[in-house]
Amino acid sequence: MASSYQTDALIASDIDAYLEQHQNKSLLRFMTCGSVDDGKSTLIGRLLYDSKMIFDDQLTALTADSKRVGTQGGEIDFALLVDGLAAEREQGITIDVAYRFFATEKRKFIVADCPGHEQYTRNMVTGASNADLAIILVDARKGVLTQTRRHSYLAHLLGIRGIILAVNKMDLIDYDADRYNAICDDYRAFAETIGIGDFTCIPISGFKGDNIIVQSPNTPWYSGDPLITHLEAVELALAADQAKPFRMPVQWVNRPNLDFRGFSGQIAAGSVKPGDAVRILPSGKTSTVSHLVTLKGELDEAAAGQSITLCLADEIDCSRGDVIAAADDPPEVSNQFEATLVWMDDDPLLVGRSYWLKLGAQMVSATIQQPKYTVNVNNMEHMAAKTLELNAIGVAEIATDKPLIFEPYAASRALGGFILIDKITNHTVGAGMLHFSLRRAQNVHWQATDIGRDDHAALKNQKPRVLWFTGLSGSGKSTIANEVEKRLNLMNRHTFLLDGDNVRHGLNKDLGFTEADRIENIRRVGEVTKLMADAGLIVLTAFISPFRAEREMVRQMLPGGEFIEIFVDTPLAVAEARDVKGLYKKARSGQLKNFTGIDSPYEAPITPEIIVNTAKMTPAEAADHIIRTIMPLK
Amino acid sequence: MTTILTHLDRLEAESIHIMREVAAEAERPVMLYSVGKDSAVMLHLARKAFYPSPPPFPLLHVDTTWKFQEMYKLRDQMAQESGMELLIHHNAEAQARGINPFDHGALHTDMWKTEGLKQALDQHGFDAAFGGARRDEEKSRAKERIFSFRSAGHRWDPKNQRPELWNLYNTRKSKGESIRVFPLSNWTELDIWQYIQREAIPIVPLYFAAKRPTYRLDGQLFMADDIDRIEHALGHRPAITQRSIRFRTLGCFPLTGAVESEASSLSEIIQEMLLTTTSERQGRVIDHDQSASMEKKKQEGYF
Repeated sequence: MASSYQTDALIASDIDAYLEQHQNKSLLRFMTCGSVDDGKSTLIGRLLYDSKMIFDDQLTALTADSKRVGTQGGEIDFALLVDGLAAEREQGITIDVAYRFFATEKRKFIVADCPGHEQYTRNMVTGASNADLAIILVDARKGVLTQTRRHSYLAHLLGIRGIILAVNKMDLIDYDADRYNAICDDYRAFAETIGIGDFTCIPISGFKGDNIIVQSPNTPWYSGDPLITHLEAVELALAADQAKPFRMPVQWVNRPNLDFRGFSGQIAAGSVKPGDAVRILPSGKTSTVSHLVTLKGELDEAAAGQSITLCLADEIDCSRGDVIAAADDPPEVSNQFEATLVWMDDDPLLVGRSYWLKLGAQMVSATIQQPKYTVNVNNMEHMAAKTLELNAIGVAEIATDKPLIFEPYAASRALGGFILIDKITNHTVGAGMLHFSLRRAQNVHWQATDIGRDDHAALKNQKPRVLWFTGLSGSGKSTIANEVEKRLNLMNRHTFLLDGDNVRHGLNKDLGFTEADRIENIRRVGEVTKLMADAGLIVLTAFISPFRAEREMVRQMLPGGEFIEIFVDTPLAVAEARDVKGLYKKARSGQLKNFTGIDSPYEAPITPEIIVNTAKMTPAEAADHIIRTIMPLK
Repeated sequence: MTTILTHLDRLEAESIHIMREVAAEAERPVMLYSVGKDSAVMLHLARKAFYPSPPPFPLLHVDTTWKFQEMYKLRDQMAQESGMELLIHHNAEAQARGINPFDHGALHTDMWKTEGLKQALDQHGFDAAFGGARRDEEKSRAKERIFSFRSAGHRWDPKNQRPELWNLYNTRKSKGESIRVFPLSNWTELDIWQYIQREAIPIVPLYFAAKRPTYRLDGQLFMADDIDRIEHALGHRPAITQRSIRFRTLGCFPLTGAVESEASSLSEIIQEMLLTTTSERQGRVIDHDQSASMEKKKQEGYF
């Protein structure tokens, strides 16, 4: 290889001069999109090889691997350098995001190596989330393909400003300028339709090294920069972030002793110095920055990208999840939004289910409405949808249980990008980008009232409780709940029994039995239950409530200890044998769809407060057992 | 106005952000401390992240009893200086069975390090452990997340990793699961050295070349750090020669190959590294077998 990024001569002759030069490199994160067929891994392997990031022992291993499983007829297969995991290497495909590193004299580069297959949209989105620039690879023999459009759309969606269209394998079309220009024109026409205004087109060969580091003699008709020169010059997103108003999400409160209280976080935008006026959100209180503290003395100023600890002049409440911002230009606060969502889990989105939403250092519960539409990433068409499946991208409204401090994603990745976490499996199930706050959220405020839930309960001389009966259809929930309510009534307790069938005659008569409707059913019942508990009542509910997540959601709505989950544990065979309402027979014959236990799942409680086994207890015995467990209720 | 952040500034900010997330969200975090240069950088970053508080977690050294004497010395010194609690774990079974690097080869690493680590994590109930691994070290590392989950049996499932978007880390886990956190994921070997130089971070003197007693075994050069133990283990006293050597990576002294070198300053070390033609892990016997060996080890619970 004739050229290399590193000035070997300087390393050998004057290492201190070399190090001085390299102390001050900037950092660019970029992603590469394309499939193995486009020569993506070969290009990355080439960049590493040319920048001497490959050592002799690795080269020896590579040469051996190239002979064993290589696809380049025994020649060094650069792709093998970057295809990491053993199983993938044998399949010959990259299936996950991998990160690579190389450096030139001017910059260090972190490359997110992303796969091109449709089913790995989630990995592309992951790689794009931290990238300033995307290299979209196309095979010069094939031109702009469906996947080229898909990659471009995703890169643009995630807010990547710099796009390079690398027309690869130019050696295989004899460096044909007309063919190259036709591909660039074709791409330009498409790029405009999705809002990519500016991009750079470069004819390259990853395999031969054309226009990677120096201009290739094979493309005299190309007057632009080689790839590396362009990567070294492109402007960093960080520079733009630093020009914005100050924002710092508080990650951790530093309190070593009573005399020191610092707020630690990574600055998301703008800059800060002692004396600056700041506003703490969501409280809205203002103060002044007094010090920027570090292990090596105090700082005069700090800017976006830095992780700092700052102190305020006033003693103000501020904790993890709060945002410290420029006093005269703070971000918005809202609890209802429109957002683009990318679904990343095998289990589809459940409309109405409560997920954890993490944005900056904020963690709240969020529910998602039915998507307004999903986007076909191959042709950008909008389609109607009821849910989001793995790798789907859609636009939907989101409601959170607590106000979120946010900015639109287009203005701030740090305060506009979020992840969704399943509360039971703990998987990261989705990622999202906030568009804007919904106006209705801005106009609805919580009205404080003087008589609170404690007053209501005190008047009734009891402690509110929610006795949540869950179990299969026909397990005996309603019967036992009725027995329990009779006993409480005799004890002069104020109660109310919410029964599944009865609620479906009124409040929930618009709901069916799909998973989404079942979740909404329980959400509404949860809200009603909460109101009744606030009113001081002992509430008994008898609903199949088949999903753990929704029962957990209701538990979270209530003060600790108030929710008592009672599992009416009746084996399916026993419940089916009883078949009081004849429903099992209908379900078995196919007349009734989505029946719990037959063709719809029941998730039994893992640690319920009370279990009653109706195969061993009569309803009266079960009721007595429950009463004994929950007393004295005062 | 624009503040130019260098690549080291940005790597530092990212690592500190990661450490603070763990401190805020994990119940019982711990920092694995192996006394090598990566550990030195990791510890330094932790001190910066939480200053003026000491880092809110202990240091854990999973010891094999076969480390270089100078490593033990620096370890104790750094623990004292940082004000952090130092936990030292020895696998009692390995100790009782006399597992050693001479007689037991791979089993030595497995028992002392892999099993020792699992024991220590279980015994103290740590739910998050910082490790100093970098993605540029090895191909399977390149695909590992910064927050890497382990089952209750400490196994890693490379096919079931959580996506990591922006700087948002999902730290929620089920009972029994734990997280390995790699705050140095995006650092390269050169970054580490440059940062050590910029921040004047203390490292084990063995990284610098000096005249030391050495012996050869199976073509590799080793330092006679404790010649009596070596003689006892080998059954004979190997021929000792004084050579100017240093180490690119530090582990158990009978398993860590030295390189002949005159590089006695940080600049010279970096110079040597940039001009050298073999990767740093080559000095470790563990990786040699086959190219996917590290991935297999990781699935079994090796850090």
